[in-house]
Amino acid sequence: MLIATSWGLFALGLVGVIVRRNVLIMLMCMELMLNGVNLSLVAFAQQTATSAGAVLVFLVFVVATAEIAIAIPIVLLLARGKRGGLDLGAYADLKG
Amino acid sequence: MRPLLTLIVLLPLAGFLLNGIAGNRLGKRFVSVVGCGLPILAFAAAIQCLIDLTAAGGSPRIEIAYTWADIAGSKFEIAFYFDRLTAVMALIVTGVGSLIHLYSMGYMKDDASYARYFAYLNLFLFFMLLLVLGRSLLVLFVGWEGVGLASYLLIGFWFEDPDKARAGKKAFITNRIGDAGFLLGMFVLYQALGTLDMDRINTAFMATTAPAVSASLVGILLFIGATGKSAQIPLHVWLPDAMAGPTPVSALIHAATMVTAGVYLVARLSGIYLHAPEASAVIAAIGAATAFFAATIAVVQTDIKKVLAYSTISQLGFMFVALGVGAYGVAIFHLYTHAFFKACLFLGAGSVIHALGGEQDIRKMGGLARRIPITFVTFAVATAAIAGIPPLAGFFSKDEILWFAFASSRGGAVLLYVTMATTALLTAFYMFRLLWLTFLGGSRMTHEVEHHVHESPVSMTGVLVVLAVLSSIGGFLSIPHYLEPLLPMPEAVPALEHLETPLLVLSIVIAFAGLALAAYLYGGDGARATALQRRFPGLHRVLSGKYFVDEAYDRFIERPLYWISDRVFLRLSDRALIDGSLHGLAALGRRTAGGLSRIQNGQLHLYALLVLIGIVFSLAWSWRHV
Repeated sequence: MLIATSWGLFALGLVGVIVRRNVLIMLMCMELMLNGVNLSLVAFAQQTATSAGAVLVFLVFVVATAEIAIAIPIVLLLARGKRGGLDLGAYADLKG
Repeated sequence: MRPLLTLIVLLPLAGFLLNGIAGNRLGKRFVSVVGCGLPILAFAAAIQCLIDLTAAGGSPRIEIAYTWADIAGSKFEIAFYFDRLTAVMALIVTGVGSLIHLYSMGYMKDDASYARYFAYLNLFLFFMLLLVLGRSLLVLFVGWEGVGLASYLLIGFWFEDPDKARAGKKAFITNRIGDAGFLLGMFVLYQALGTLDMDRINTAFMATTAPAVSASLVGILLFIGATGKSAQIPLHVWLPDAMAGPTPVSALIHAATMVTAGVYLVARLSGIYLHAPEASAVIAAIGAATAFFAATIAVVQTDIKKVLAYSTISQLGFMFVALGVGAYGVAIFHLYTHAFFKACLFLGAGSVIHALGGEQDIRKMGGLARRIPITFVTFAVATAAIAGIPPLAGFFSKDEILWFAFASSRGGAVLLYVTMATTALLTAFYMFRLLWLTFLGGSRMTHEVEHHVHESPVSMTGVLVVLAVLSSIGGFLSIPHYLEPLLPMPEAVPALEHLETPLLVLSIVIAFAGLALAAYLYGGDGARATALQRRFPGLHRVLSGKYFVDEAYDRFIERPLYWISDRVFLRLSDRALIDGSLHGLAALGRRTAGGLSRIQNGQLHLYALLVLIGIVFSLAWSWRHV
């Protein structure tokens, strides 16, 4: 049941990243994906009665926090900028 | 023992290096002293070697200068070998060479590339001495190629003129064809005998058990090399064009020394040819044909140097006939007398050209005898010598060749004699024609040229006088007799021996008949010659077109080669196949990349989707395979 929920969360996040154009929503969807993975890690740790999975979850938390700490200022700057707000389609010319 | 032989060879090389590297900076005086002094020193060293040789009773002197390679017991050495044959050749090369160097001082004194000229001339002398003194065929071959190089450099000496540069290339490439035969001959010899030392090769062939190789095969292969270097049919085409070089070069390289290398080669390897009657017959036939055809061409040429060039080819033919009938010593004898009178003729021609400010067409000369008397007298002496008028040098050597062509037990024949006698008549005729048109009769010069006519400086006329004296008395030195221990004379057929004196008289008659004919046709205003030319226009056209050999080579060899190179090798192979496939690969890469680059459109969503697809596929793949 928990595994199925984690699959669902991950898939929801993935679809959100691919389909939505708003940067903020995409970030939130990425968090959903991370949490889906976390959930599965915890569930497996419970099933096999080992602690490695739980430790890995903390690692993921730290990475996610660091990512958000960098991403939120970028989103803020995009929102304040004059080019197109949070719509990612406006930044296609950054492809280099 | 002092390393005199090595010294002889290295002196001209030193001259080449000094003049080539520093000559332009150190001035003409330095160039002249080095360029002429070192050959003269080499000549002195050669004389010293001759004295030593005589003191040693004629036993050869061998000097090993350097061991090139020692592979599994077979040694390749740079060794020098000095016997009577080498002595004759080395003295001709250094002696005539030194004289021509001296002459060049006057002839080339106004040339901008004075130092380069003397450097090349010394380089030529170095390679020629290497060729003559080398003990092994390998050293000889190095010299052989080297003189070809020097010849190329000197023919194209005035390389600003594309025609002259082309003549140089033609000489070099024609020689390469002969060299292929030479190389093959060397390979066959080494395969069979395990040595390339020429004295050992001769010993091996003279031994009672013959070596396991066909002497005729080796003989013919090496003779192909000789036809290239010595301008025999079918590789004779380069020599007339080689006249593009400065005249002293024509005298030294293309008359006196380099072109006789083929004669020297055959004489040096007489051990092989004594056992190769077929090869000897080929040599005699080619020699006779070359002598005759070249002489007929010389009859109608109008360029003073071209006449002499064809005359050289013809005289080389005489030498090869002598080689072909086994009279090796006589061939060397003719080589030796020819070196004097032909050098004298060429240098005389140079003096004429110098006097006329570059004019070479004998139709625009005439009446020069009183204006440049020293040149005239020396030229006349040399002409009489080549025509075979006794007692000048050419008479002795040519008469002996005719005698052996007739009576040698090693392939003498009446047909050979008749051909050579006719050629001798033609020789006398065209040489006196040249003399007449150039020096006698009325002047046909333009007024401007006539005004400038002047006798050449002493450095030139002095050399002419020395060579004229040598041409007149050189015949009294019996070279064949001197070489007899080394190159035995063929037996005369006993039944013909009583004819020797009548034939001697006949060759004198022939020489004077040529003189008389030339005097008859070209005496006065030359109207009889013109009439004769009108009478046979077709023959005249063929002869002045040189039998159209050049045109035939162009038509049947050059153009097909050019066609194949252009169509098959260049357009089909190089451009279509090689370039095409490479360009195709490049275009494929570029187009694929162009297609793929359209995916990178900056839409993050698309990237994410593609990553997803990638992950799905790789997961599915690993699911099935792991």
